[in-house]
Amino acid sequence: MEPILSVRNLSISFTQYTSKTRRHRLHVIDDLSLSIEAGQVVAVVGASGSGKSLLAHGILGILPYNAFLEGSIRYGGEALDQARAARLRGKEIVLVPQGVTYLDPLMKVGPQIRKGRRGKPLLDRCRAVLARYGLGPEVEDAYPFALSGGMARRVLISTAVIESPRLIIADEPTPGLDAQAAGRIMGHFRELADGGAGVLLITHDLELALTVADRVAVLYAGQTVEEAPACAFAAGRLLHPYTKALYQALPQNGFIPIPGTQPYPGEIAQGCLFAPRCDRCRAQCKEASIPYRAVSSGYVRCLTAEEEETA
Amino acid sequence: MTLEAKQVSFGYAGQGQERVLRQVSLTIRPGERVGLSAPSGRGKTTLCKLLAGYERPDSGQIHLGGKPLASFRGFCPVQMIWQHPETALDPLLRLGETLREAGPVEQRLLDALHISPAWLSRYPGELSGGELQRFCIARVLRPGLRFLLCDEITAMLDLITQAQIWRFLMEEADRRRLGLLIVSHNRQLLKALCTRVEQLEK
Repeated sequence: MEPILSVRNLSISFTQYTSKTRRHRLHVIDDLSLSIEAGQVVAVVGASGSGKSLLAHGILGILPYNAFLEGSIRYGGEALDQARAARLRGKEIVLVPQGVTYLDPLMKVGPQIRKGRRGKPLLDRCRAVLARYGLGPEVEDAYPFALSGGMARRVLISTAVIESPRLIIADEPTPGLDAQAAGRIMGHFRELADGGAGVLLITHDLELALTVADRVAVLYAGQTVEEAPACAFAAGRLLHPYTKALYQALPQNGFIPIPGTQPYPGEIAQGCLFAPRCDRCRAQCKEASIPYRAVSSGYVRCLTAEEEETA
Repeated sequence: MTLEAKQVSFGYAGQGQERVLRQVSLTIRPGERVGLSAPSGRGKTTLCKLLAGYERPDSGQIHLGGKPLASFRGFCPVQMIWQHPETALDPLLRLGETLREAGPVEQRLLDALHISPAWLSRYPGELSGGELQRFCIARVLRPGLRFLLCDEITAMLDLITQAQIWRFLMEEADRRRLGLLIVSHNRQLLKALCTRVEQLEK
C-alpha cells in the first residue's frame, strides 16, 4: 500500500552570513527518510537540536525564508510541494503544536476550534469533538488562560481533528504533564490512528512514544539513524549503537550514560556523525557518509550493525 | 545538619485565602535523596522556593540545623536548580561570567560536567537546554553547599543527557554527603535515584 506520507533523502539547510558579504550554507537536516502508513503512529525521537521540529515545518511548508529544502516529500502518492502543502495544511494535514502559547489568548475556545466559521452542523461537530476529549460545552466559552495544561492540550487536539485530517503531526505534545495526563493524550493519538489517520509523533520522550507507536524513527544530529518497530526496543533487537544507548539510558533499563554530546550542524565534516561517541567505530566509519540501508525490520545507518544481525 | 519544613503554609499575593501549600512538613537529612511527586499545580516548585529561601512561608518555619534559614548569611547552604535553565541564566551575560559571579568554580566540576571551554564565551541563547543545565549545576556546587533542590531538572533533556547529569550528581552528593530533594513526574526516575519518595497531599 502507498504510504500516506513518505519522506526521502530530505535535507534542510539555512543560508547564513558569516561576515557582511560572505554567505554560508548550514545543513541542519541531512539525508532524512521516513514513511507513515494509514492507521500507524510513527514516533520521531531525538535530542533537542536533532532537527525534529524542522521536519514538521518542512512537511507543512512553513520553513523560514532563508531555509532551503532538498529531497522528496510525497503525500498520498503525489509530491507535496509548497503550493499543495499550503492547500492541505489545516485541513487534511494538521499540526498539534506544543502548548498553550499557540492558542489565541483573545479568542474564546469555541470560535477558535471552529476557526471563526458558523452554522449548526459545525457547532454540533465542535461539541462532539470536545465531548470526545472529556471537555464539556462550557469550555467553548472559556478563554485560553482559564485552561489547565492538560485541558489546553486537549483543546489543541480538538482544533486539529475537527477537520477530519488524514495526517496528524504532533510536535512534543506532552511536556509538563504528569504521567497520567500524558498517557491519556497518547491514547487520543492512538485512537486517531485506529480511525484510519496517520500520526507523526515528534517527541524526546522515548518511554512514552513506545507506549503508542507502531514504529520509531531515531534522529541524531539531523539524520535518521534507525527506524525500527516499537517492539524491537523491549526485545533487544536494536541495531544502531545510538538507539541502544538511548534505550539503556532509561532509568528502568540501567540508567547508563554514554559520554559526549550531539555534534552541532557542520561540526563533523564527513563520515558517521556518531563516530566520536561510538565504541565500535572503525577507520572506515570516518571516511565517507554512511548509507541508510534497509534491513529486515526497518532501516539503519551503521556499517558495523550487520555483523550483529548475522551473529 | 538537617533541613526541615515545619507546618508551612503559603499562598501567592492576589490569590486571597487560597493557599498553594497548607501545613506541609518535610525533613531532609544529609546524604538522603528524597523524591517528591504530585500532579501539576500542587505546589512542588513553591515548596522548593520556600526551602531555598526565595519565598517566606505565611506560617510555619524553614529550619536548617535547628536555626531559621533566614539567619544564614552569605552563600545559602540550600540551593535550587530550576526546570528551565534558559530562564535561570542572565541572557546578556557570557556563560563564563555567569559561572564566576559567585566566585571561582573548580575546574574538576567543569570537566566532570563536560562543559567545553568554548562554551564559556557564548551567550545562553547559543546553547541547548542540556548544555545550559550543566552551567546551572556547576555554579551551585560550591564548598558551602549542604542541600540541593532539583525541580524537574532533566524533564526537557534527552535520555542520555539525563543519565549523564544524574550519574554525576549522585557521585557528587555521595562524596559530599549532600541532602537532595528531587522533584519529578517520572516514577521510574525517582525509583532509580531516591532513598525515599514523598507525595504532596492536597
